[in-house]
Amino acid sequence: MYYALRHLDELESEAIFIMRETAAQFQKPVLLFSGGKDSIVMVHVALKAFWPAKIPFALMHVDTGHNFQETLDFRDQLVEKHGLELIIASVQQSIDEGKAVDEKGPYASRNTIQSITLLDGIEKHGFDAAFGGGRRDEEKARAKERFFSHRDEFGQWDPKNQRPELWNLFNGKKNIGEHFRIFPLSNWTEMDVWQYIAKEHIDIPNLYYSHKRKVFNRKGVWYAENEFMTRLDGEELVEKIVRFRTIGDMTCTGAVLSEASTLSEIVQEVASARITERGTRADDKRSEAAMEERKKQGYF
Amino acid sequence: MNYLDMDLLRFTTAGSVDDGKSTLIGRLLYDSKSIFEDQLEAVEASSKKRGDEYTNLALLTDGLSAEREQGITIDVAYRYFSTPKRKFIIADTPGHIQYTRNMVTGASTANLAIILVDARNGVAEQTKRHSFIANLLGIKHIALCVNKMDLVEYKKEVFEKIVDDYRAFSSKLDVPDIHYIPISALFGDNVVNKSEKMDWYQGATLMHTLENVQISSDHNHVDSRFPVQYVLRPQSLEHPDYRGYAGRIAGGIFKPGDEVMVLPSGLTSKISSIDQAGEQVSEAFAPMSVSINLEDDLDISRGDMLVKPDNQPHVGQDIDLMICWLNPKKLALNGKYGLRHTSREARCVIKEVKYKVDINTLHRNEESLEIGMNDIGRIKIRTTVPLCYDRYSRNRITGSVILVDEFTHETVGAGMIL
Ligand SMILES: Nc1nc2c(ncn2[C@@H]2O[C@H](COP(=O)(O)OP(=O)(O)O)[C@@H](O)[C@H]2O)c(=O)[nH]1
Repeated sequence: MYYALRHLDELESEAIFIMRETAAQFQKPVLLFSGGKDSIVMVHVALKAFWPAKIPFALMHVDTGHNFQETLDFRDQLVEKHGLELIIASVQQSIDEGKAVDEKGPYASRNTIQSITLLDGIEKHGFDAAFGGGRRDEEKARAKERFFSHRDEFGQWDPKNQRPELWNLFNGKKNIGEHFRIFPLSNWTEMDVWQYIAKEHIDIPNLYYSHKRKVFNRKGVWYAENEFMTRLDGEELVEKIVRFRTIGDMTCTGAVLSEASTLSEIVQEVASARITERGTRADDKRSEAAMEERKKQGYF
Repeated sequence: MNYLDMDLLRFTTAGSVDDGKSTLIGRLLYDSKSIFEDQLEAVEASSKKRGDEYTNLALLTDGLSAEREQGITIDVAYRYFSTPKRKFIIADTPGHIQYTRNMVTGASTANLAIILVDARNGVAEQTKRHSFIANLLGIKHIALCVNKMDLVEYKKEVFEKIVDDYRAFSSKLDVPDIHYIPISALFGDNVVNKSEKMDWYQGATLMHTLENVQISSDHNHVDSRFPVQYVLRPQSLEHPDYRGYAGRIAGGIFKPGDEVMVLPSGLTSKISSIDQAGEQVSEAFAPMSVSINLEDDLDISRGDMLVKPDNQPHVGQDIDLMICWLNPKKLALNGKYGLRHTSREARCVIKEVKYKVDINTLHRNEESLEIGMNDIGRIKIRTTVPLCYDRYSRNRITGSVILVDEFTHETVGAGMIL
């Protein structure tokens, strides 16, 4: 008998361990659900971690108001199917209450201000730990992120002042008003996530599979036709066969031209991809240090 | 490619500043085609901005902007790549003053350590220090890479002298598996591709070594240990009486029907079933996360440990540790700290500092007993509740603790039970 785990099993086991540890160490965790594949995988892992009991925490969706309708429909079905509790924190409401101000112009996005809504939601509900689907392979600034990531009373991340994490001993002690972000998928890569989705037959929104869609090109990125972006001169609508590698707001998620319509085709496509998934995200393109800046301010 | 059949190797990299660690990692990522075009473009742009002559692969692994400005890395960063055989996780630790703390952190979860030596400098004090830490942290495999072979004309004698020196030194260590590889990270010799300039070297490339090192026995599959992490009690209509003990196997093998003992209470029962998310499994071993059901209703909670009656861990409150100190505030003799061990939380008091290890000479210093940041020493603690533990050298999971400052809540010490 060969006592060794395959890599996906080991990653799953690690993620389950982190989720149970969080449920044990914190009073009121919450799972930040974005509707993207990483948060769908988190829900799947959570169902396994606590089976046959219910997941002992709610899902919170920071709704920017700029979502794909498909994302929202999928979210509601998932919650319904597994009897989960869903909290919606609305960016529009933060704007209406004067806590946040929308960006102006053709490049406006709600990416920065969603941090305000997120922190507001965490504070309002008294959450002391929030699961995020962030992975260390996504972006340079995330490579040093911990599984248990400490946030001060302003929700800020201090990259210079993180707690060392050794073995599988996780220290969730904190002062009142502070909280932790927990990243159970830290050690997963984009490839691992797709392979796991294929292996576990996990349902994902149709946006991830190739389909026909009206899109326009802006600075090399294909955007879906949407009511939140004003097209500039020369940005013609064309019909293309596309799919999405990541799903965020319609204002910053680029589509890839792709015929991959099954999971195994997607796995193959990801294996041969020559550009990172965040390379299709306008939000990271603003500057090389963009992600790090947003993280410090409390972004996911 | 059959991704369902890959396993996972975690390794750490160690070397003095400028030995070529970043270049080597960049080379591994680049030659294994794990670099994406947009990443490469970003690096090319940064290289130009810095005025580098060629694309600086070392920039691929540079993390945060403050560090990019200072041109140094200051914390453990994790990198990922895979080949059809294995997925790899690199704990990339920087080689300057805070080194010990970072390397200890990175090494705590690693199967293997790459230790870099500059071919021109040979086995240095730092090499010994890194090897000592790898050994202390229980790493079973070392790849000693003699880098910058291009600068010594790829000479066999240079490599052999370094190998001999390292062998002499490492015989004092407890590392069973050491590989010696002459490389040039800059030009890629023997990293992923075999060197044409060193036909005298018959051994494997670094990548081949990483892909083929045997790691299945790195986990302890002998002493059965199951720290209870969480109790699952759905109390639902469907599962009215389900009571599962959730946790991750820390050692040995558990099967339905096995007789188990609960520590510290000493009560015994039998395993009725082992669940893995709704599916029953016929056996469970480290590092599987499972839920164990017992035949009897016992009072078991987080922090307890299931073991086999004929193979029990130590249970006690007076414990000897090797400690690595991680915090600027020094270790306080007679001071009290929070403590974490497996799923158990306790407090402890530092009863004695026996000696400090001089990590440059590896001698024991029994005169100066102050343990500050990056120091390693032997101490004795007393805990508020009994711990169920094994020696660290026997089991990394049941043999490790962390100490937590009771006021700042920071993790201040990493302890290995002796
Ligand atoms: N000639 C030569 N130079 C190298 C080699 N590997 C690294 N270097 C150079 O050594 C310097 C330090 O390398 P770097 O990777 O930044 O070292 P680190 O501080 O260990 O990360 C850089 O100028 C590299 O280009 C090698 O194999 N041969």
